Amino acid sequence: MIPDHVDSPAPDTNLSRRSFLATGVAVGGGLMLSLSLPFGASDAAPSDGFTPNAFIRIGNDGQVVLTMPYVEMGQGTYTSIPMLIAEELEVSLKQVRLEHAPPNEKLYANPLLGVQATGNSNAMRGAWKPMREAGATARTMLVTAAAKRWGLDPSTCQAQDGAVIHAPSGRRLAYGELASEAAQLPVPSNVTLKSAADFRLIGTRAKRLDAPGKVNGTAIYGIDVRPAGVKIATLAQSPVFGGRVRSVDDTAAKAVNGVRQIVRLDDAVAVVADHMGAAKKGLAALKIEWDEGAHAGLGTDEVVRKLDQATLGPGAVAQTVGDVDKAMAGAATKVEASYQVPFLAHATMEPMNCTVHFRKDECEIWIGSQAMARVQNMAAKAADLPPEKVIVHNHLLGGGFGRRLEADGAVRAVQIAQHVDGPVKVVWTREEDIQHDMYRPYWFDRISAALDAEGKPVAWKNRFAGSSVLARWLPPAFNKGLDPDSTEGAIDLVYDLPNFHVEFVRVEPPGIPTAFWRSVGPSHNVFVTESFIDELAFAAKQDPVAYRRGLLDKAPRAKAVLDLAAEKAGWGQKLPERVGRGVSLQNVFGSYMAQVAEVEVAKDGTVRVRRVVCAIDCGTVVNPDTVQAQIQSGIMFGATAALYGEITVKNGRVEQANFDTYQIIRINEAPAVEVHVVSSTEPPGGLGENGTSAIVPAVANAIFAATGKRLRKMPADANLLKA
Amino acid sequence: MAFTININGTSHSVDVDGDTSLLWVLRDVLGMTGTKFGCGMALCGACTVHIDGAATRSCITSVDSLDKSMVTTIEAIGASPAGAKIQKAWLDHEVVQCGYCQSGQIMSASALLASNPRPTDADIDDAMSGNICRCGTYVRIREAIKLAAQSSKEG
Ligand code: FES
Ligand code: FES
Repeated sequence: MIPDHVDSPAPDTNLSRRSFLATGVAVGGGLMLSLSLPFGASDAAPSDGFTPNAFIRIGNDGQVVLTMPYVEMGQGTYTSIPMLIAEELEVSLKQVRLEHAPPNEKLYANPLLGVQATGNSNAMRGAWKPMREAGATARTMLVTAAAKRWGLDPSTCQAQDGAVIHAPSGRRLAYGELASEAAQLPVPSNVTLKSAADFRLIGTRAKRLDAPGKVNGTAIYGIDVRPAGVKIATLAQSPVFGGRVRSVDDTAAKAVNGVRQIVRLDDAVAVVADHMGAAKKGLAALKIEWDEGAHAGLGTDEVVRKLDQATLGPGAVAQTVGDVDKAMAGAATKVEASYQVPFLAHATMEPMNCTVHFRKDECEIWIGSQAMARVQNMAAKAADLPPEKVIVHNHLLGGGFGRRLEADGAVRAVQIAQHVDGPVKVVWTREEDIQHDMYRPYWFDRISAALDAEGKPVAWKNRFAGSSVLARWLPPAFNKGLDPDSTEGAIDLVYDLPNFHVEFVRVEPPGIPTAFWRSVGPSHNVFVTESFIDELAFAAKQDPVAYRRGLLDKAPRAKAVLDLAAEKAGWGQKLPERVGRGVSLQNVFGSYMAQVAEVEVAKDGTVRVRRVVCAIDCGTVVNPDTVQAQIQSGIMFGATAALYGEITVKNGRVEQANFDTYQIIRINEAPAVEVHVVSSTEPPGGLGENGTSAIVPAVANAIFAATGKRLRKMPADANLLKA
Repeated sequence: MAFTININGTSHSVDVDGDTSLLWVLRDVLGMTGTKFGCGMALCGACTVHIDGAATRSCITSVDSLDKSMVTTIEAIGASPAGAKIQKAWLDHEVVQCGYCQSGQIMSASALLASNPRPTDADIDDAMSGNICRCGTYVRIREAIKLAAQSSKEG
């Protein structure tokens, strides 16, 4: 059975899954298999090498249940991860049922992050081998169990369609009949994975398992949960970053029909009501005076000034090759520029929300989260409870994009729920969601290069400043002034650059919280490097595609995607006036991608992206439909950023509030998108964020081609582009 | 104050202020959570329902304005021929990603198809530009509407 939505299982926080792993018998009988992922195995003590990470459970009724350590936020994980297991287990996708993993960092850590989280486009990259091994191990054990029962050599039996068969005698035993016996067998240490030629699921357009509930209104997102007796709350947090409540007059709010309670916190006020209509009305009736605190005068310009200053001083060296200064000194031409990208909000379609039932000595939470264990830990801290007393139910996410890797919303809801008798669903208005987001950092780059007489870059130097999200989110990942996210896309470029030097200066903006945002580091770095390489092509008086191509002799996969995108886009063909094509090329999140964007710039300076042609080499394709969908999606997300995305701060407040002031691309503005996939047998690369980072420079370069104006600051400013 | 409203062919009596938005009545009072909240200001389309067949933003529709109107929500749209075709096209064409906007998209698209069996690209832009999809499923929304229109022609 395929559920039309996926609910959390009852969390078994008291039950040690590892304890019944030892027996291999699932609750209710049957075979349960855990798998160990490379991260735990290599970094943990060797004796702890069998750290289980995810589960397959095969019931005696033949039901295959997969416990998903990754969450579904639109990226198709709930289809592609099961495909890996089902492929090796020899079952159809129709035979599997999915459960969200409960929060348990030890069991469900993401192998590429080391914590239980879905982000960084790495679900498939982390899962590719372990999930297939899990399926193959279970299959091997089931085949062995059947062979034993029949008294046959296992090599004469085979798994097929949820059963083990012995072809010569026509005997057949369904998995359900074998589960208990298989569970008694030792877990084989070495299993053979299927070869790509034998894949029957991987590489096919499998239908999304989560789609039906999403077209008929039955899918349950975090915002849809309704525990018995739930009240609805909405809130006002200090409009100025870091401000506090000075006084509240709630007389009028309390008089609103349906309002039950006003909860005053240090830095926020919430109105608890029977429904959101009453809560909002109550909120509007509150008279709150704020103590605005230290950031009352803060503006974006102050942040930018600090970043600009920081790029003049030294930073942590992220990568250095050859001798840049020497190469600069002797070069024929020098090109210098500075680039900036703004703060950005996530604006997930489902506004922030979290439901909490705070009881005397435990706390129950309903949420859609990319990082459940983080929610559990931070909520426990806020509630002053041990983590095992915090029960978290995870639900579908109405968009993640990094916003739901944070637990601030859960903490806030716990703080409110502590004052409320019974469960309370805290729903942020869109205005709160945008004005109290944690933002994609503002970054400032100072970049220069030197060209030889033929126009080839002989030196490349970049120093950039901005926030390190990882330094806050996963402190051990920030080391010697560097973290892998901030620099991805700024170093290890695909181009052959003999003298190369990149530095990062960590500067945290005062008061403004920063966070991951679809493609994070590359969303900034690829814009800068791919715009700048375009500037170098122009300085060298060469075609942007030909120029890049000349630097790719050591990067055949990069060259292949560039060639493919250029060919499919009709690169070089004539275009009307004020229409231009721009190219970008990147190797980030483990995949190579080239994009050609075609833009039209109106006389009033407004930009329309007409068409985007994308070529990707993302290694083995698990679900070709997901590849297409994720890239289309990433491109729209990045196009929104390139054309409209900007959060600005004035007097300590975010100036944007709703979709009128924080615009999202709409269907009438959306480009046609073509995605071409280079076939490959390399392990799968990331997909979810690649489209976003590549489109921004492609658009900027296309604007240059259309108008001759180089945009070094995003988003595109129509005032600079008027005819 | 009590109001009697007709939703998906059933009358419901609700006791709320007359200026309460239909969106909150649906979601919080009646527990019909298929209709989504996105902006509360008629900017995103996530809350779209049909009122007497017309696509309408429930977040700015007060309950006292409904009178005898028939409200249709995502939970029942599959019972109408256009709605069923749109839902099928959405599945056949794998439109959804996170899915949060899709109730609203489907309600807007069903209203379009019901009134215009052969929508052009410009008609699609007109009818659908009020519905934001943060996951950017626009390419497929357009194709799926055309697919549904095609099936209308054949069937
Ligand atoms: S919630 Fe009604 S249009 Fe956005
Ligand atoms: S599918 Fe996620 S917002 Fe449209």
